[in-house]
Amino acid sequence: MMKLSLGPILWFWSKQTVFDFYAKAAEWPVDTIYLGEAVCSRRRELKPDDWFDLARDLKACGKEVVISTQTLIESEADLRRLRRICDQNEFLVEANDQSAVQVASRHQIPFITGPSMNIYNVATLKVLAKQGLKGWNLPVELGKETLEQLVTGLKHEGLDLPAEVFSWGFLPLAWSSRCFTARHYNLPKDNCEFRCLQHPDGMELRSRESQELFRLNGISTLSGSRYDLMRELPEMERMGVNTVRLSPEHQGMEEVVKRFDQVRRGAVPATDPLQLVEAPPCNGYWYGKPGMDLIG
Amino acid sequence: MELVCPAGSLPALKTAVDNGADAVYIGFRDSTNARQFAGLNFNDKRAAEGIDYAHSRGRRVFCAINTYPQPDGWEQWKAAVDRAAGLGVDAIILADMGLLDYAANRYPDIPRHLSVQGSATSYEALSFYKDNFDIRRAVLPRVLSLDQVRGVAKHSPVELEVFAFGSLCIMAEGRCYLSSYLTDESPNTRGACSPAKAVRWQETPQGLESRLNDVLIDRYGQGESAGYPTLCKGRFEVEGSVYHAIEEPVSLNTLDLLPELQELGISAVKIEGRQRSPAYIADVARTWRQALDNLARTPGMFTVENDWRNTLSGLSEGGLTTLGAYHRKWK
Repeated sequence: MMKLSLGPILWFWSKQTVFDFYAKAAEWPVDTIYLGEAVCSRRRELKPDDWFDLARDLKACGKEVVISTQTLIESEADLRRLRRICDQNEFLVEANDQSAVQVASRHQIPFITGPSMNIYNVATLKVLAKQGLKGWNLPVELGKETLEQLVTGLKHEGLDLPAEVFSWGFLPLAWSSRCFTARHYNLPKDNCEFRCLQHPDGMELRSRESQELFRLNGISTLSGSRYDLMRELPEMERMGVNTVRLSPEHQGMEEVVKRFDQVRRGAVPATDPLQLVEAPPCNGYWYGKPGMDLIG
Repeated sequence: MELVCPAGSLPALKTAVDNGADAVYIGFRDSTNARQFAGLNFNDKRAAEGIDYAHSRGRRVFCAINTYPQPDGWEQWKAAVDRAAGLGVDAIILADMGLLDYAANRYPDIPRHLSVQGSATSYEALSFYKDNFDIRRAVLPRVLSLDQVRGVAKHSPVELEVFAFGSLCIMAEGRCYLSSYLTDESPNTRGACSPAKAVRWQETPQGLESRLNDVLIDRYGQGESAGYPTLCKGRFEVEGSVYHAIEEPVSLNTLDLLPELQELGISAVKIEGRQRSPAYIADVARTWRQALDNLARTPGMFTVENDWRNTLSGLSEGGLTTLGAYHRKWK
């Protein structure tokens, strides 16, 4: 049976909200939990030690825990945090850029690459395997055809590198040095007043025809529609996908996890829709179409 | 510091060389490079002519193969590396780790430059590329502030090239999937951002509208000048206000920073724009050549001359330029 994972929280939530969320998640039928700040260096509600404590608690609850690294590494302080994450031997690390691969491999920490690592071909996976790669996420813009070719290619090479697919949530699409939330409030990035805390699922960016295009979330831009591959689970299982990633949201997550769990067990048909929240669904990338499209 | 200029055609290449480029970068006529435009770029014959033209004048030619091949494109991308090697280019600009590995093993003697699309924003990332593929040089993404460039440069194991002038990408290059979210092409997959095939212009009672795959990117009132609908430079609505929520249509111009870039030990400044005309290339190359020569002649006394500034402003998007992320306040 495929595993379910909770990706890192991509939004900025208060410390208590984060603790409450994972206290509940400990009871959910997810196998793997990614912890840590993957977006913005200014988001420090939880210190590295808080994350590690949380990681130990969740591990004690039987979860596999992976510590995520920041996606856009810009400063020496960012590198210090990265080294801190790799300076341990209890947990796998999610490497979200080449800096993390370099530091993890120097510390001989096995790692999984996140969806922002550009893995487009088998030759790339072979390079990373030599560095200690233990699993990888398909980049969000790639679809099932490419995934199938990659999985088949790995088999031919005799490489056992489990694939994970971002399957539910707002897609992380871009990272900038500019903070779009601070920009919206006419605040300098260095003095942003942590306005992201007021937007626990980002700020909607719409076209002037009110089409939901993107979600602004600090320095990152996410999709305006929610990626939903629930009904593709049988296809993923057939292909040999190892893990299905769900991206945390602050409301309704328990229902999402439960439904994906039922579908992966074949308990309800994958076509039975999840009636949830206010964002439109999309799945275009999976079919090699514009990501925002909804096929079928 | 070396001046690296773009060329999307043989006339542009010759113009760049004639106007003072130390090196020119080109790409093949397909999606193996990040400026895939109809009618642009080089076939092997033209590339050979261009390389011959540059070499006979003591200049170098780099070939960009800086998109990301998927399994069904692997042979084509590998063949592009073989073609570049066969043509005798002075360096290959690569982003994909698999392709870097191929080039390093198959052609160890041809220098490899890490493309900006490789998205290396720290010296640890640069060390990864140096240790694994022995890259000689890296082009830094346009997201770093000058202080951050300083930090990277201090510990960099490789030569650094930075963007000096041209269109401003404000997302970390190589990891921006906005274009493939709205259309079916991205810089990584097809070498295209906001591809022309998806653009539609429409006169409406509310004004001139630019659309990308039917998504309204901008709408221009009377007297407003309209720009290409690059999706991150449109006007959108956030919480009730309509504005350039991501970025204004401006160009990057770092003339003012030249002395500092030199002091940091930056090896080369890069001009963006293989899609630009030979006339544009001529003006930009000439201006930057003068600036670099001036800097070399009178270090410590460098000032930006007004006519350089005017020339470059006239060639910029919306007539506006910015120091971009190099200047902390921009963020």
